[in-house]
Amino acid sequence: MPFEIILFVFFALIAAVSSVVMVTRPNPVMSAIFLVINFFALAGLYLLLHAQFISVVQVIVYAGAIMVLFLFVLMLLNSKSEQKLLSGQKKIKVFAIVLAAFVFIQIAYLIFFSSPSRSLSPDVAASIKAGTVEEIGRQLYTGYILPFEAAGFLLLAATIGALVLAKKKFN
Amino acid sequence: MELLIQAGIALAKILIVITVMLLTVSYLVYFERKISAWIQNRRGPNRVGWYGALQPFADVFKLLLKEDIVPSNANKFIHSLAPFITLFVSFATYAVIPFGPDIKLFGRTIQLALADVNIGVLYVLALTSLGVYGLTFAGWSSGSKYSLLGGIRSSAQMISYEVSMGFSIAGVILLSESLRPMAIVESQYGFMWNALIQPIGFITIVVSAFAETNRLPFDLPEAEPELVGGYHTEYSSMKFAGFFLAEYANMIIASAMIVTLYLGGWQFPYIDKFGLSMGLTAGIQVLSFLLKMALVLFFFIWVRWSIPRFRYDQLMNLGWKVMFPLSLLNLIWVAALIMIFNI
Repeated sequence: MPFEIILFVFFALIAAVSSVVMVTRPNPVMSAIFLVINFFALAGLYLLLHAQFISVVQVIVYAGAIMVLFLFVLMLLNSKSEQKLLSGQKKIKVFAIVLAAFVFIQIAYLIFFSSPSRSLSPDVAASIKAGTVEEIGRQLYTGYILPFEAAGFLLLAATIGALVLAKKKFN
Repeated sequence: MELLIQAGIALAKILIVITVMLLTVSYLVYFERKISAWIQNRRGPNRVGWYGALQPFADVFKLLLKEDIVPSNANKFIHSLAPFITLFVSFATYAVIPFGPDIKLFGRTIQLALADVNIGVLYVLALTSLGVYGLTFAGWSSGSKYSLLGGIRSSAQMISYEVSMGFSIAGVILLSESLRPMAIVESQYGFMWNALIQPIGFITIVVSAFAETNRLPFDLPEAEPELVGGYHTEYSSMKFAGFFLAEYANMIIASAMIVTLYLGGWQFPYIDKFGLSMGLTAGIQVLSFLLKMALVLFFFIWVRWSIPRFRYDQLMNLGWKVMFPLSLLNLIWVAALIMIFNI
């Protein structure tokens, strides 16, 4: 499957480069744009793994909904004062580098020493089936009905909370 | 060799669809002007070519030859990128819309859709949600507060109406039990059109389509006479034409989606009972798809020149307090139909 490998390298490169560019941009709106590009590359990677539903939902939820709201906030804020605040703080930089190194070591350990993919089944047909909308829907409404409903309840509570916060005078 | 032939067929289909789209977009502008003239008892464009038939090309050349002005305060890269995002989104959506049944040509079956994927409807939703980026980027990167406010105004409108659009599509998915556009069309055999089974959903999707494509009575993103224009205030020349084209391309997409989801797609009621030959049947079906689309497009234009613009708060109230509950009601109606009649 050389074509799949080419696609994998393509998406992986975009994902890696865009995430690095995202953190190095001084302008937060530019960072947001590169984050969106990163989401797209991830969606492409999911598609290569036969996870169609996750791939589309990644675009709809993260790129289409969450990042738009982020962008709204970033565009309406005056971003120049934000830049000064961050550039002056040495301690924050050191802390961030240490934290990033820690996470990187964790991920490297997971990939190279504990081989998490060993437990996955090599059965391609089963993995294609598991990624379809039908199968995810079936699982959500049978095996995972309780966590699914609980998440729905949580979202409802969050919606009502947002409404109360947004409406200052609630009669 | 087999791979090459398949790639060739795919490329040919893409070429045909893109050409037809571009031609339709340019002539849609012409028809919009002609129909508006007809409604307002004027003549409309009638100087360039036969009854003004070459007017779209004259318009394109005029826009190309104009000076491209980028405000000095603008973020140049994003300012140029924004129209391309909008155009890309509107053209890429067409990839999953089926325009005919499977046909047999030289011993191989050809599907009359660019890509009939399992998640076709979700793909359309994903791309329409990305359309917001073109508008917000255009508004923000112009470096003008009128553009910024215009961009935010139109994004808020699109996000609000996406909700009721999503729910009216959910009703269709519930009935056809598939997200594949081809399967949705096939489930509307005969007169089992979704517009007749779930009329409320049809109304909500048409209204949300008007809002999503920024057409009157919901053209608040532009609102030329009263709100300084919108996100494209600072655009000129071909970049402005990009937004303009995207608006009309979006109209075509919206009408194609309405036809596919609610008006039976390429189905012509009971055509297979007439005993016609295979090719003729397929031809009539493709033509019926195009005719339905043309009727929906005419409806779009007709409404634009008949109904005045909403105020912004009226638009938001309509979206959240009328269309959203109605689309939920439609979902319950479809679920009840399935429970009671097992259709």
